[in-house]
Amino acid sequence: MTSPNLRKSPARFTIPKLTYRVWKVWQRNFDVFTKTIVTNFLPSLLEPILYLLAFGFGLGGFIPSIQGQPYIKFIAPALVAIAVMNGSFFECTFASFVRMYYQKTFDAIVATPVSVEEVVAGELLWGATRATINATMVLVVIAAFGLISSPLFLLVVPLAFFGGLMFGAIAMCFTAAAPNIDFFNFPTFLFLTPMFFLSGTFFPLTSLPKVAQGIALAVLPLTQVVNISRSVISGHLEPILGLNPTILLLISFAWIVIVTIFFFILSINLMKKRLTS
Amino acid sequence: MWSQEVLIEAKGLTKKFDEFTAVDHIDFKVYKGECVGFLGPNGAGKTTTVRMIYCFLPPTSGELKVAGFSVNSQCREIKNLVGVAPQEDNLDPDFTVIKNLTVYCRYFDIPKDEALKRANEQLKFFQLEEKRDVPIAALSGGLKRRLIFARALINQPQILLLDEPTTGLDPQARHLAWDEVRNLKKKQVTIILTTHYMDEAAVLCDRVLIVDKGKIIEEGKPAELVKKHAGDEVLELDYDEKLLPTLKEAFPDAEFERLGDRLQIFTDKPHGVFEGFLKHHPFQNVAIRNANLEDVFLKLTGRGLREE
Repeated sequence: MTSPNLRKSPARFTIPKLTYRVWKVWQRNFDVFTKTIVTNFLPSLLEPILYLLAFGFGLGGFIPSIQGQPYIKFIAPALVAIAVMNGSFFECTFASFVRMYYQKTFDAIVATPVSVEEVVAGELLWGATRATINATMVLVVIAAFGLISSPLFLLVVPLAFFGGLMFGAIAMCFTAAAPNIDFFNFPTFLFLTPMFFLSGTFFPLTSLPKVAQGIALAVLPLTQVVNISRSVISGHLEPILGLNPTILLLISFAWIVIVTIFFFILSINLMKKRLTS
Repeated sequence: MWSQEVLIEAKGLTKKFDEFTAVDHIDFKVYKGECVGFLGPNGAGKTTTVRMIYCFLPPTSGELKVAGFSVNSQCREIKNLVGVAPQEDNLDPDFTVIKNLTVYCRYFDIPKDEALKRANEQLKFFQLEEKRDVPIAALSGGLKRRLIFARALINQPQILLLDEPTTGLDPQARHLAWDEVRNLKKKQVTIILTTHYMDEAAVLCDRVLIVDKGKIIEEGKPAELVKKHAGDEVLELDYDEKLLPTLKEAFPDAEFERLGDRLQIFTDKPHGVFEGFLKHHPFQNVAIRNANLEDVFLKLTGRGLREE
């Protein structure tokens, strides 16, 4: 009876052991991206332009100003934040699921010295990279429209990466639970769409009832990204629930850090469980 | 033919999926340079066992060592030494044929130049050169299997795991795969293969393990197993109850087995007994053939209706 009894080792959550091999997974996705750059690049460039035209110029014509700035300037930083959210969320749900479930790409990679944990971490970093690429493109578009008024605007790039990592890690938890690809309709319509509208994106949070403001600030990840994006792009953030901009920024920053770490570890554990049992 | 160095050793190896036990306390050893076949019906636990060897699935209990490394804690070391050709197609459809190989090299830390060199060598050997820059979707099933085989060898493995390597291949491609297996055996590569094809196992394997319902029910050299369980010769004829008494009288020591509407009689008596018998009893639709591994397999895994 020398054999160690591993039976029923319950879902033991561990901090994943990761090595440089994470980047090999990232690089695989990057290689595919560069190969399909036209189909990957152009649509994401068109989207923010459409939003700017429709909401900024179209709707904005009826709105004299919001928080002391033209409406189009108010929504520009939110468009960057939305690009972060969509970029990594779709990458780490639909795209990761296709690689895992239909293409069996993960199965092929884990037969090499790369571990399951590293595959998932590579996917998350790639999701964050997609968010960064998309957000940077929106940044270029809004810069071209002259909608940037703070010298700190380049801080959007690291924000996009870490914000992307956060959304990607949350998304990966859905992927770990998804029985089929249609399952992603739930998080898309019940999580992404409400956030799209209710995170201080197209109107200030302060127009909502106090309770809703509290919820948006406490539980919606996009609110945090919008807050930081708005302050580094327009250099201007209005108080919410009586919290001054500095406190708000600190809250959003800490929120992103904590939630990212939590979901990064959780999603890797959930995926490992799915892929090895 | 192979050394006495044990390369893979399982003790009490078990894998459960919820309440289903796929692999049930099995013990086996694989020696360096040996080609071992896992034979068994679908769901016997062959693939699960192979997957535990390359750390794809963690064992539920028991011990499994590969080249002295434990699958519980030293997966990285094991996976460096092992090449895997899985049952299903998991080639990367986002890349071309050559890129599939070079990207795979990258996972093994093989430098770029060396990767390209190895990839081209493999394509040449497997006669895939003209498909070099073709996307995976444009390959036929047989070509895909060849590429999976080529990919499994890209890290120059000491141990090669072939999970149903020739399922769905045409005879040409199958013989190419067999040639390659023999080649690798000459190079002292240890090979584990799972298969449903008994002729394949008989031709390639030094030793076979017959598995059923998660257990190893028999093991040995193919020829020895045939001798032991199926004897030398088999007489096959249409099943007819009226003939049974005559046949049983003629072959009191033989084993009778009914498979559908055919009757098979196994004997370990010297060659020629059946022939002599048939001279006096000209039955219709009758055949005498050598006993083979398939007889052993069917006998041990219990398909077909048994008489006595």
